[in-house]
Amino acid sequence: MSPRARREAVEGYICISPWLVGFVMFVAGPILASLLLSLTYWDIGSPPRWVGLQNYVEIFTDDKDFVQALKVTLTYAVVTLPLHLVLGLALSLLLNLRLRGMNFYRTLFYIPAVLPIVAVTMLWIWIFNPEFGVINHILSLVGIEGPTWFHSPRWALPALMLLGLWGVGGGAVIYLAGLQNIPPHLYEAAEIDGANVWRRFWRITLPLLTPTLFFQLVLNLIATFQVFTQSYIATEGGPLQATFFYMLYIYSKAFGTLRMGYGSALAWILTLIILGVTLLVFRSSPHWVYYEAERRKEDA
Amino acid sequence: MNVPSSTTYRGGWLGQLRWNRRVRGRLVSVAAHFFMVLFSLVFLIPMLWMVSTSFKSRAQTWLFPPEWIPNPVVWEHFPRIFEIAPVLLFFQNTMIIVFWNVLGQVLSTCLVAFGFARLRFPGRDVLFILLIATLMIPYQVTLIPTFILFKLFGWINTFLPLTVPAFTGSAFFIFLMRQYLMSIPFDLDDAARMDGCNTFQVLFFILLPLCIPPLVIVLVFTFIGVWNDFLGPLIYLNENSKYTIALGLNLLRGRNRTDYNVLMAASLLAVLPTLIVYFLAQNKLIGGIASVGLKG
Repeated sequence: MSPRARREAVEGYICISPWLVGFVMFVAGPILASLLLSLTYWDIGSPPRWVGLQNYVEIFTDDKDFVQALKVTLTYAVVTLPLHLVLGLALSLLLNLRLRGMNFYRTLFYIPAVLPIVAVTMLWIWIFNPEFGVINHILSLVGIEGPTWFHSPRWALPALMLLGLWGVGGGAVIYLAGLQNIPPHLYEAAEIDGANVWRRFWRITLPLLTPTLFFQLVLNLIATFQVFTQSYIATEGGPLQATFFYMLYIYSKAFGTLRMGYGSALAWILTLIILGVTLLVFRSSPHWVYYEAERRKEDA
Repeated sequence: MNVPSSTTYRGGWLGQLRWNRRVRGRLVSVAAHFFMVLFSLVFLIPMLWMVSTSFKSRAQTWLFPPEWIPNPVVWEHFPRIFEIAPVLLFFQNTMIIVFWNVLGQVLSTCLVAFGFARLRFPGRDVLFILLIATLMIPYQVTLIPTFILFKLFGWINTFLPLTVPAFTGSAFFIFLMRQYLMSIPFDLDDAARMDGCNTFQVLFFILLPLCIPPLVIVLVFTFIGVWNDFLGPLIYLNENSKYTIALGLNLLRGRNRTDYNVLMAASLLAVLPTLIVYFLAQNKLIGGIASVGLKG
């Protein structure tokens, strides 16, 4: 290595050293520590005791809370992920029309995504108030007697789903950028060939948007498994554990009852689930995600 | 929808076609506006409800069907918040944490992204892939050990666990900044070096002035993220005097569970700073989010 190259390398390492330190201390180290911790019993007070796989055995064979937390989280994911995708896409298609006031709409739709989740949750608690809230007022206008929402084991989770959907504008903005990257000449060519709006959407817009959709799906997936604050504030997991999200369970085990080992085991299981599902999505991507570059390679 | 500009033919069936298209275009635009207004209402109504409740009298709050316009307009809920909880202290605490986070993120993002984008060193590409991979790691897996680490340091109930990590950068920002730096021609660096600049002078005097757009994104996202964070302060801060706005809001709710006037007034105050920052930067912000979202 020439002295100049060596000097550049040293400077390079100096530049990235903050991240390197952070990676070791706050990412790689904790991941490893968490794996080891999950094999111990530890309540912080006394030294950790090695218990092998006992935490995992207990979680899988004798933990009703775990089953419930998983059920709630998966239900939430299965219902909201497609809704976010479809509504976000629909919204972005609207935003992509050349209308007057589009910037205003775009700014407006993104607002819920930047508001503090605590304030948003308090607002929705009030909106969902069974007797004096807006939602039940609107429902009463069309002759429906609204449920008690956060107080009802049946409607508490749907209420949280609606609360989450309020932030759908965040995804729409990203789809919008994807839409605007689609070359206009494709639409022009399609129209000359007589393709109507419907066909242009299915044959051009959707295929060319799949990379963006794919990326959003993965991100939303990870975010969904991390739902915490809304349920912590609005329902504390209740009523009857109807909104007992997985993250809430980890929190209560680790920071409520101080079972750090058990909490780490729970966190690891969740991480493996997320990794597994993400991997599945990745694996499935060649079947539905369209990449311009690959297509060109095939053609050549 | 990209409707190509209409052809210049006139009369006959082509004219008919053109007229049809114009009518259809009109219809589409009316329908689109209709849906836009509808969606806007969905987004606006909750916020208006917050504002309305903040200014309503108690008597008017507990009415069914609800009334939207406060009559009379009542200001007393706002001073009441300051009586119930030390809001100014919460505000001050939050701003201290925000300040150190912004400083830390900006410094570390510039330095690390510059290293990855502009300097050659063994292992660079592998490390960069590692950095991107960390974007996929769910935070709960590192949550407990990180807490224990800070406990060992004796940092519980201080701001340090909430500020120090910012100085090691965030993978998201570094990625964003690196992509931006890659789009700036290397000729600039070379010319500056010819004129006798060293590596860090190139970074600070030549490249950084060109990186204002991504830096604005780092700044605004950090501000909003820290201001809105709940779980971090919840875990690390356990004395009221150390609370942030987000925790304080929850504290307020604990003390006044059903006083929705005060709760909404407080929420309104908590929302305002992020709204202001968002409106000041919204153009750069939305463009930036989109560009990151696309490059995945």
